[in-house]
Amino acid sequence: MPDAALKVAGLEAWYGESHILHGVDFEVRPGEVVTLLGRNGAGKTTTLKSIMGIVGKRKGSVTYQGRETIALSSDRIARAGIALCPEERAIFHSLSVRENLMLPPRVAAEGGLTLERIFTLFPNLKERLASGGGKLSGGEQQMLAIARILRTGAKFLMLDEPTEGLAPVIVQQIGRTIQEIKKAGFTILLVEQNFRWASTLADRFYVMEHGRIVERFAAADLSANMDKLHDYLGV
Amino acid sequence: MLIALAITPQQLYGQLLIGLINGSFYALLSLGLAVIFGMLNVVNFAHGAFYMVGAFVAYLLLQYGGVTYWFALFLVPAIVGLLGAVVERLLIRRLAGLDHLYSLLLTFGLALAMQGLFQYYFGSSGKPYPAPRELAGAYNLGFMFLPKYRAWVIVCSLVVCLATWFAIEKTRLGAYLRAATENPTMVRAFGVNVPLMITATYGFGVALAAFAGVLAAPIYQVRPGMGADIIAVVFAVVVIGGMGSILGSILTGFALGVVEGLTKVFYPEISNTVVFVIMAIVLIIRPSGLFGRAA
Repeated sequence: MPDAALKVAGLEAWYGESHILHGVDFEVRPGEVVTLLGRNGAGKTTTLKSIMGIVGKRKGSVTYQGRETIALSSDRIARAGIALCPEERAIFHSLSVRENLMLPPRVAAEGGLTLERIFTLFPNLKERLASGGGKLSGGEQQMLAIARILRTGAKFLMLDEPTEGLAPVIVQQIGRTIQEIKKAGFTILLVEQNFRWASTLADRFYVMEHGRIVERFAAADLSANMDKLHDYLGV
Repeated sequence: MLIALAITPQQLYGQLLIGLINGSFYALLSLGLAVIFGMLNVVNFAHGAFYMVGAFVAYLLLQYGGVTYWFALFLVPAIVGLLGAVVERLLIRRLAGLDHLYSLLLTFGLALAMQGLFQYYFGSSGKPYPAPRELAGAYNLGFMFLPKYRAWVIVCSLVVCLATWFAIEKTRLGAYLRAATENPTMVRAFGVNVPLMITATYGFGVALAAFAGVLAAPIYQVRPGMGADIIAVVFAVVVIGGMGSILGSILTGFALGVVEGLTKVFYPEISNTVVFVIMAIVLIIRPSGLFGRAA
């Protein structure tokens, strides 16, 4: 088994006075798609933000490719090769679609997708390059938010609820994209409410509750764990 | 109509020219304020003081270093801009995330301190600064004489303003700036050193003020109070144009200079107040400013 690409150990995080993560432990191996499941407020988004270094205060250990990143600022974490596609998508309205797409600076000399490849994955974006970032539909915004972190050379992508509020056809398109970029060698940490959709993509699952990991299983064991999962997620 | 109002064309053109000159400085200064406000959310009350410091540094460099106007035009913005960067890094940064009011008070205090310091060492009377020899004399336009230096100021201000606008709206660096204005956390999470960008932006805004100060030195006298005099009008310009709008601050700067000049021709009594009257009207009708986005 290869060494972990990302290893999180005893991760704690705070927003102001509220203590959100209480010691999160998990790992993601190179080339894997790992999904964090859990109810709203379990700490999934905070876990991604903590790895990215954009929470108020964090403690514990996050190593990426063997390098400790817990004390680094978010720009240096990004330049180590980690990229986040946030839940709110964070498309810049004062920038055109092209400027949004080209905004994140390259963090590695190679390894990013070419623009042609990106436009093959998301043909809609190519037609809308000159539009303002604020003029896109929800689906197009999500595509742009994913597309812009594919070309930078970052190989560890964190996608926070990429299907939230989107039409089924776009959800499928994003699913195909994740399969494609997995094949291209990217490692993906996914937060997703829609675990049936996630189960078609993920190699392994972690379940979070109250700021901790409470369960872990491989995709193959999903059906055997369905009852437990229903309990955790309350679905 | 001019005859009916007993106004000579010379008077009209003369005041129009003065209006354009004043407008050149309003535009340069309000542009710097807009750039700083957009990126840092800081209302930089020290802007007039940095303009004054720019003029003084040019004066001192000439007096004691023999540095001529043309070198000063580049050197002074660099020196004063660097000073601005240090001020941002050591003082203004500590107030990041707090209410506007704190940085406003800090920069207001800085302005008073800088002005006081120069007053203490140089007195409050004006120091002369000669226009460069190359720009002595005037063009005869047929209907009026246009002093070469004044023409230079207008062109120079226009070029610098448009270059700044271009850099912010059309380049990659400008895209970082606009994006970081919207969501600094995310831009930083893409790998951009946003704190460095903030320091550089403040330094650049201050450098624009210092540049205006050098341009102004041969026209107005170099005095510790010169910044305080102009900054009230410049803030009115920024309010009218809309806080943080780049093109808006440039256009409004020139336009209000001209309006002021025209008022001097047609109704001189209110020429010092007209900008503030317009400001009041704009605040009532369109509080976000003529070019500003509604908050």
